[in-house]
Amino acid sequence: MIHRDSILLLIGLLSMRPSAAEPLNLTEAAAGVFVHQGVHELPDSKNHGEIANIGFIVGERCVAVIDSGGSPAQGRALRSAITAKTPIPVCYVINTHVHPDHIYGNKAFKAAGIAFIGHWKLAQAMASRAPYYMEKASRDLENGLQREDFIPPDLPVETTRELDLGGRKLTLTAHGPAHTDSDLSVYDDKTQTLWLADLLFMDHIPVIDGSLNGWLKELRSLTKIKANRAIPGHGPMTGEWPKAAEAEIHYLEMLRNDIRAYLKQGKTMEQAMAELGQPARAQWRLFDEFHKRNISTAFAELEWED
Amino acid sequence: MKIIIDTKILGLLIGGLLCSALAMAAGEDETAWSQVLKPKYFGNRPIEENTNLIELTAPYRAEDPALVPVSITAKIPQTAEKYIKTITLIIDNNPTPFAAAFHFTPDSGKADLALRLRFNTYTPIRAIAETNDGKLSMTKVDVKASGGCSAPIGADLDAAMARLGKMKFKLENDKISPHQPNLAQLLVSHPNITGMQMDQISRMIKPAHFVDSVKISFNGKPIMSAQTDIAVSADPNFRFYFVPDKAGELKAEIKDNLGKEFSYVQTVTP
Ligand SMILES: [Zn+2]
Repeated sequence: MIHRDSILLLIGLLSMRPSAAEPLNLTEAAAGVFVHQGVHELPDSKNHGEIANIGFIVGERCVAVIDSGGSPAQGRALRSAITAKTPIPVCYVINTHVHPDHIYGNKAFKAAGIAFIGHWKLAQAMASRAPYYMEKASRDLENGLQREDFIPPDLPVETTRELDLGGRKLTLTAHGPAHTDSDLSVYDDKTQTLWLADLLFMDHIPVIDGSLNGWLKELRSLTKIKANRAIPGHGPMTGEWPKAAEAEIHYLEMLRNDIRAYLKQGKTMEQAMAELGQPARAQWRLFDEFHKRNISTAFAELEWED
Repeated sequence: MKIIIDTKILGLLIGGLLCSALAMAAGEDETAWSQVLKPKYFGNRPIEENTNLIELTAPYRAEDPALVPVSITAKIPQTAEKYIKTITLIIDNNPTPFAAAFHFTPDSGKADLALRLRFNTYTPIRAIAETNDGKLSMTKVDVKASGGCSAPIGADLDAAMARLGKMKFKLENDKISPHQPNLAQLLVSHPNITGMQMDQISRMIKPAHFVDSVKISFNGKPIMSAQTDIAVSADPNFRFYFVPDKAGELKAEIKDNLGKEFSYVQTVTP
């Protein structure tokens, strides 16, 4: 006999089938610049890691994908969405950094004539994190991530690189350690759009997995760029530039000041994690999920300053 | 509305759920410990499980799996008659469960210890203390992996590599208080690369490169020494106690698995 609760459970299970089976929701944020807006959630078995802002830019000759998604299925959904929007072929898949919510839809685009592009440190970062990300995907995300989904860049970017999509030029910039040690930004000259991916967090608390000092340094030069809009890796589809970076800079500077003060007082990482930065809680989504880890990462960096 | 359900499918689904429920409880699983780890590191010696001798503190959730602060508090002072000789840390479900073993002397004052460790997954961490009479006692804590995007590797390993071998000691208020246990901290810059292999892209992996031995002495007298493994975070960081009788030299000697040796001396005064 089947218990009623079991049936409800089953219905619950059926209703959490992968969202990627549905067409990917895309908006044209600027002429030829399409963005799928992610969700402010931790990667889990319901969203399968499909949480980041991803998308593509269309030229007269080529499409450039910017981040392929958080799962193999989301990569396929993005590919179908591109085919539905334009007959122009994909020539490039740009991977903005190593995090699994951004680049593990890569395999859907693996084909002759398509080049994968990333920071020169991306391949190394992907390789050393692959065993852990695969284990975590099978344990927590249920998205079927396999070895074959780890596709390192064919074209590594050391400083900057220009891509001609036909009638529009993209400038890719490899950044120093900031959000991660493999951050790449994309500037579209046609619409003056600065695609920052996770160099810019809006609403979703910034996550430090590279260098706090490095990130603030990169933001200082990025905010000097004249752009009509920026596209964050997490948050709304677009933000006004450089205004969109104010909250992030404020948060990172607050962390740096508070941690430096604690280091000066001889306090420990554990004390810093328990005590610092709580007033910023109301400002950010997922604060409890990432704030303490930000403190630990930043603390371990800043204790080497003197 | 009539719902028709294939009971076999339902069984499978519920079975699946049970499996994941079991996986969630993996933190409480003693199999790896009792079948493999305990025999490997302690043979058939009896180990009492209690918190009379030491207490282990680790966060319930590993906020950053590359950098989890863990500490041990000793409940007895270190005296010539009775002292904690060794504390071994084992992280059951890490690829290399042995994290570190610390050796103390009566001159340590207090066998307290704090460091930062890597956690790959949901796992118990256990601290096993051995007293000078050869008795073993153990305490353990379950740690849940974080749900975020980071990996148990480290954020900016190139920065650590650039400072390779750089060290410093930190003291409370930058001075010592003679004839009592003084808290000190040793910071070592080293990337502690794990070197995990993954065939198809393994050409990208740097070989393992980590600190495997740490020795700390004061005026030539050993205070604490340790064998360490890749579970220790990049830029290893140890807090410990020592009992200085007067001003003197704190010395750290470090060796890594590639045979590189580093040493550092800092003069400390009351
Ligand atoms: Zn990211």
